[in-house]
Amino acid sequence: MKALSRIYTALIFIILYIPIVVLMLFSFNSTANTGDLTGLSLYWYRELFSSPDTFNALKNTLVLAVSASVISTVIGTAAAVGLCKFKKNFFKNSVLSVTNIPMMNPDIVTGISMMLLFVFLGTLLGRDEKLGFTTLLIAHVTFCLPYVILSVRPKILTMPRSLPEAAQDLGCTPLQSFFKVELPQILPGVISGFILAFTLSLDDFVISYFTTGNDFQTLPLLIYSMTKKEVKPDIYALSTLMILTVTVLLILSNVSSKEKSTERRLTL
Amino acid sequence: MSPLGKRFLQAVCLRAYRFLFFSKFSGKGEALVEHKKIIELQNISKEFEDEQVLSSINLDIYDKQFVTLLGPSGCGKTTTLRIVGGFETPDQGDVLFEGKRINDVPAHKRSINTVFQKYALFPHLNVFENVAFSLRLQKLPNAEIIKRVKEMLELVALKGFERKNVTKLSGGQQQRVAIARALISHPRVLLLDEPLGALDLKLRKDMQNELKKIQKQTGITFIYVTHDQEEALSMSDVVVVMAEGKIQQIGTPTDIYNEPVNAFVADFIGESNIVDGIMNEDYKVTFSGHTFQCVDKGFAPGEAVDVVVRPEDVDVVNVADGMLQGTVTSVTFKGVHYEIIVDIGGFKWMIQSTDFVDVNANIGIFIEPDAIHIMKKSEFSGQYGDYSTFSDEIEELGNSETVGD
Repeated sequence: MKALSRIYTALIFIILYIPIVVLMLFSFNSTANTGDLTGLSLYWYRELFSSPDTFNALKNTLVLAVSASVISTVIGTAAAVGLCKFKKNFFKNSVLSVTNIPMMNPDIVTGISMMLLFVFLGTLLGRDEKLGFTTLLIAHVTFCLPYVILSVRPKILTMPRSLPEAAQDLGCTPLQSFFKVELPQILPGVISGFILAFTLSLDDFVISYFTTGNDFQTLPLLIYSMTKKEVKPDIYALSTLMILTVTVLLILSNVSSKEKSTERRLTL
Repeated sequence: MSPLGKRFLQAVCLRAYRFLFFSKFSGKGEALVEHKKIIELQNISKEFEDEQVLSSINLDIYDKQFVTLLGPSGCGKTTTLRIVGGFETPDQGDVLFEGKRINDVPAHKRSINTVFQKYALFPHLNVFENVAFSLRLQKLPNAEIIKRVKEMLELVALKGFERKNVTKLSGGQQQRVAIARALISHPRVLLLDEPLGALDLKLRKDMQNELKKIQKQTGITFIYVTHDQEEALSMSDVVVVMAEGKIQQIGTPTDIYNEPVNAFVADFIGESNIVDGIMNEDYKVTFSGHTFQCVDKGFAPGEAVDVVVRPEDVDVVNVADGMLQGTVTSVTFKGVHYEIIVDIGGFKWMIQSTDFVDVNANIGIFIEPDAIHIMKKSEFSGQYGDYSTFSDEIEELGNSETVGD
């Protein structure tokens, strides 16, 4: 029985990850052959980095991901702190549900509705270029926010209420108390929220597709446009790099939220 | 002379032997009038979600005293403390600090520090930084901070613990860090919310002595919240007994023990037999079918009263010599004495005696006039019954606080 369940688990993992492994493998292919692994080389990685389009998209993606995750972390943390201070349960739960809607909503719906809004507002304001970095950033912050709130909130809820009280008792203003005592306590949640937001922003395609203009292309959008012409292994190389980045970030996010919680469990 | 002082003198004259017995209780009635008021609570009321937690509390706290708020879970003692600390605002009434109203002064601007129930040490800071926290906020020069933290850690016997992680310390050590952290900025008043609740018995006794010592050394006013009556009696200059959001009695430990004002205080502080009686005239009271000499007066002739007799004040004698007669229903050896439950006319009395008696034996009991304390009838009369269902365990459960109170 135990062996059977192990085989089952292994099977699931193989089915889930074999496409990715094949993709990674073919990114090291020495020729452009799709079905034939002729030899291993870093040729397509070199090819990838020699293209100015790729570089530009990489730069754009990083700028967008960093800005979106920083902004959503700041807003999300503040929102989580504020939400925990609400006394009325009805109000608190309503606000929480509303912030969670972008998480539940199909990306394509969020994307199209945002595009509509931006175009509508852009027309109202008389702008020629209605979509671009700004609209993309707003869209990314919007869908990252609930994840930040979701990862910060439990940390605030488990923090003893007496900690900020002790800080204020010893002479902190409420603001000082937040930065000197509360923030260090909820920091693991804030960091994992930040990393989560960063990964989400990094690999988002659907919402970005609808909310960006012609002059701002991110990596997922670039890959999509590359596949339209001809599928070359440099796409594999790019995809491999993105998968690796996201994996590393997710591991980091998990580690940062786990570490502190085990530590706290020991002390209680 | 103040009424409190008079009561104190009365207690001294009449119950001299009790002073020998309870010599560890520091009866400092005179201290009450010596110092000036530091905190005054005037008509404080507080409600939480339609539940009246405090109703019209009036309390004066004098400088340099050790004041204990004593009462069962939910009596409002912690809320009172939080109002003084600035963590709750009263719905009605005023909080005065040295005569000035401080209702609207936030916690960080009050010269009042708190030792929290679960210590509330900052887990991300080590022992030194926890203690130095308030000094760092004041932006004092580093050399002075180091010097003062060092002195403070010596005072709480934690020398050499500077670099230790606070989460790795034992409960007693965390407690000391919390005390050092609260004391280092020289507050005028220190609030302690059940600070010893989480410690084991031995450590608790040591810390009681240490806290008392620190309070004497620093001359800081301590307001201490506890549900442990023994802790309250052995540490305090003044005990404030609270129940149901009201102050029942304020007095020295000896006052509270010897002259409880009502059945609640008598029952909550120590063991007591509380029986219904009739005051015939001054110095004469009838209960359990016998008329006793007593030392109380000032009641209306024929007034119904509550009579308190402490278990240690009842003498076991022959049936023939006894003022009252009864049958022993249980005897428990307690080390110093036997705890004897006697059925006297259907009411179970508790007697503490060093003499052994057999279960089912008929005995007589003898009560000295000054062992009888008469109290006016109150809302608490008749609530406490006799010792027929008494067990230490239930008593312990009843007194202990629920988690998160």
